[in-house]
Amino acid sequence: MADRQSAILARRLVELLGEDAVLHRPEDVIVYEYDYGLDRAAPEAVAFPRTTAEVASIVKVARSLELPIVARGAGTGISGGAIPVQGGVVIALSRMNHILDVDPANRIAVVEPGVVNLNISKAVEPLGLFFAPDPSSQKASTIGGNVGNNAGGPHCLAHGTTTNHILGVELVLPSGSVVELGGISKDGPGYDLTGLVVGAEGTVGIVTRVTVQLMIEPPAVKTALAIFTSVEDASAAVSGIIGQGIIPSALELMDGLALRAIEAAFHAGYPPDAGAVLLVELDGLDESVTEQTQVVEKVCHDNHAVEIRVADTPEARAKLWAARKGAASAMGRIAPNYYLHDTVIARTRLPGVLADVIAIGERHNLPIANLFHAGDGNLHPMILFDVREQGVLGRVMQAGREILDASVAAGGTISGEHGIGMEKNQFMPKIFSEADLEVMARVRAAFDPTGLCNPGKVFPTPTSCHDTAIRPRAAVAPGHPELWI
Amino acid sequence: MSSLSILAGARDAPAEEDLLKCVHCGLCLDNCPTYLATGQETESPRGRLHLIQALGHGRIEATDAYASHIDRCLVCRACEAVCPSGVPFGRIMEAARADLSRRRQPAWTNRFVYWLLFKKLLPNRRRLRALSSTLRHYQTSGMQRMVRSSGLLRLLPTTVRQMERSMPALPTRYFEPQGSFLPAFGASRHRVAFFSGCIMPFAYGPVHEATIRVLRHNGCDVVVPRVQTCCGALNVHAGERTMARQMARRNIRAFLDLEIDAVIVNSAGCGSTLKEYSELLGADPLWHARAERFGAMVKDVSEFVAAQPFERNLGPVSRRVTFQESCHLVHAQRISAEPRTLLHAIPGLELVEMAHPENCCGSAGIYSFAQPKLSNQLLNTKMDDIEATGADVIVTANPGCMLQLQAGLERKGASGEVRHLIELLDASYEAGARGASGRRPTASR
Ligand SMILES: Cc1cc2nc3c(=O)[nH]c(=O)nc-3n(C[C@H](O)[C@H](O)[C@H](O)COP(=O)(O)OP(=O)(O)OC[C@H]3O[C@@H](n4cnc5c(N)ncnc54)[C@H](O)[C@@H]3O)c2cc1C
Ligand code: SF4
Ligand code: SF4
Repeated sequence: MADRQSAILARRLVELLGEDAVLHRPEDVIVYEYDYGLDRAAPEAVAFPRTTAEVASIVKVARSLELPIVARGAGTGISGGAIPVQGGVVIALSRMNHILDVDPANRIAVVEPGVVNLNISKAVEPLGLFFAPDPSSQKASTIGGNVGNNAGGPHCLAHGTTTNHILGVELVLPSGSVVELGGISKDGPGYDLTGLVVGAEGTVGIVTRVTVQLMIEPPAVKTALAIFTSVEDASAAVSGIIGQGIIPSALELMDGLALRAIEAAFHAGYPPDAGAVLLVELDGLDESVTEQTQVVEKVCHDNHAVEIRVADTPEARAKLWAARKGAASAMGRIAPNYYLHDTVIARTRLPGVLADVIAIGERHNLPIANLFHAGDGNLHPMILFDVREQGVLGRVMQAGREILDASVAAGGTISGEHGIGMEKNQFMPKIFSEADLEVMARVRAAFDPTGLCNPGKVFPTPTSCHDTAIRPRAAVAPGHPELWI
Repeated sequence: MSSLSILAGARDAPAEEDLLKCVHCGLCLDNCPTYLATGQETESPRGRLHLIQALGHGRIEATDAYASHIDRCLVCRACEAVCPSGVPFGRIMEAARADLSRRRQPAWTNRFVYWLLFKKLLPNRRRLRALSSTLRHYQTSGMQRMVRSSGLLRLLPTTVRQMERSMPALPTRYFEPQGSFLPAFGASRHRVAFFSGCIMPFAYGPVHEATIRVLRHNGCDVVVPRVQTCCGALNVHAGERTMARQMARRNIRAFLDLEIDAVIVNSAGCGSTLKEYSELLGADPLWHARAERFGAMVKDVSEFVAAQPFERNLGPVSRRVTFQESCHLVHAQRISAEPRTLLHAIPGLELVEMAHPENCCGSAGIYSFAQPKLSNQLLNTKMDDIEATGADVIVTANPGCMLQLQAGLERKGASGEVRHLIELLDASYEAGARGASGRRPTASR
């Protein structure tokens, strides 16, 4: 029966879009079973629309067969948002990747959802403009995915996350009809439905066009690399800097383990044997940047920085940032697998929670590397492991859960910017009451009454609601129960 | 057929260790020409690695669909150059192809063409020379025009048709490695050996002559060993490893004990293959060690010349050029600054960078014959980027790229020409020499 459904689905999609725009063989769709996270599940088919009308037709085909739809950008998400956990059709927006319009006078661009984040900034750079949200994945992740997860990034400390830069979206509803939300300003009349779509992780419809706000490049930028012997000193410096009333445009912390991998990958001049470094970027008018750099240098020295290097040429800064942005992936050099976590705590609680994280790693005998957006208290502990080690996954998941508990206990929350997806949906009750979740579910149902638009995400799934362990629904090789792929 | 060949560590199957390095981050996607062209994860580095691993684990079969994703990879290694996790993509893909060629039977036409090419022609200079003469006759006697207009070509398999179309106009001069010794012009500072390769001496003999002149201008005594053979790159890329290993051993024998400072190559594809012989011969400890020693001696000509205080008696070459980075130079050998250093040193030459000079032009060894559709799509994008620079010379560093870009110019009906980097440097030395001897300097030939 299920096979027949899949066959009908494939045939109808091919009729609609042509052979070139549909994948349905098992050995094709298997590459849509993953994103950057740990979960795995393959769809029945993948469709590659080129227009909003095609998206709407795909949605209607799926609806008529009562199959789920799941939007996918670049699949760089870390919480399984783009993974079709209940099968169905993946709507891959990679071919809708055109910048439709740039209006420099009003600092607005209108783009298709498959446009890669960095390509927006590259296109408007000659006009002295840029698109502020800069997730470390920006050279690959799409604007649709950034909207889906309300992506943050190093420079969101000063500029805010994706939601602060989206003016409007065109959305194909799960019914197949098309709506225009928002407009050309942030505070239009009526409900802020654009704000609701941003961060909804593809559960309220498929975004087919995005109107973004652009920003003017600052006249002066300086990036300081402050080197410390310990994570404690570095995190004390973070509080010190903010305490001086300075809001750097970015404030990133990397610990010793992370530095080793980063330097091996990029040779960008990070000290591989330091205990920790801070990357502090200041921008604005010339004089104020110079003045603030001096303050930052003083605070770092007061907190026992052993060295401070200031990069002021665009090339030197680009080198430091390229390495920081590829840093998470560079962990593959020191461990075959890792679980990249994402929690948020108040900045002042940083030193305490970091100490907890270190203790959790030691307790489970798992190395943990840290690199994170320290300025806004957004932790990214990376639990390193080798999946071929018997029984290791259980320990990794347990450690992950303890990290979440430590953050929640410190008044923080369970996700900063990577989304809830199918990774943390069972943890939602830790931070939301039943009434909270109920109102969210009713809002979602207003958009998606049948619940087939990216099902199994964000909301806890009933089948396992007592099960609060993170359990990756991993693909297992036949005959190799421990081999998780 | 062992479906768990990866786990079993079968010979010439990708290593599990290598595959595990991919952390599925997707940061390579936007650097992959075939992903950019199709938007499909199946045509991306991450997707291909996942497929290779899934096949090794027996989760999928080696169907035609699987094979098509492996075949459509350019092995341009752009993904490898940008991967933060250090995935050795080229090595994995070459092994995956060898593995695949054991599992499937390709169409007889392709099997025949490949057998002829990999086993009979490339390793054998005599046969190549005979073929080249026939082809030149075909081109110059008017037969080519006749055949092309007669529609006869339509009867041939696509592979052969595409080959016919992209065949360069063969020059009248071939280059023959004859064990010659060519002393430095002026004081000798280095002794180097020159690697000739299979296609270059016939299709681009004059480039070889130019390369040797440039080396001699730079204080090099140049030896050209006679027993050398094709590097085996095309074999390795297509998954043919047996003949490739024989060729590798023959070349190592030809060069290893010559008492030279370097083995100089002017074809990026050959250069990267020669440098990586130790991977091809990894299973044999004795040959592995020899291959490592040999690999360390191999230098691309631009790498070698730019690394020293090179001869500056350069005359003007007043051309507006753009530089297409051959994949096997920029991604496989990570050589990108050196060619530009040389171009910038040439007086009167204006270098206008195109958008994405590091993206593959679609040539990729035999790719343009084997995957004509995608290859043409990549070439069209490349030609548009080139046109936007307004350059009249396209400079590159590999024979495959030269053929492909030449075909691109012809298809567009565009004026302009394709030159090897070293030809421009040679022209500049020539202009410098004429200037010094009081004659009027000429532009590039
Ligand atoms: C190396 C690395 C570093 C990263 N750093 C950061 C970081 O600094 N900050 C950060 O926030 N994230 C980061 N991420 C996570 C990830 O890149 C972001 O979440 C990104 O926004 C995902 O974009 P994508 O195009 O890959 O989306 P996908 O992973 O394909 O999808 C993400 C979610 O958005 C939905 N979606 C996608 N397109 C649409 C659409 N058109 N309409 C509706 N829903 C849609 C999907 O259904 C899914 O729920 C990083 C990832 C990597 C690999
Ligand atoms: S090949 Fe490298 S860059 Fe690409 S997905 Fe794998 S780890 Fe990431
Ligand atoms: S080698 Fe080139 S074509 Fe092949 S996957 Fe890597 S980037 Fe893509």
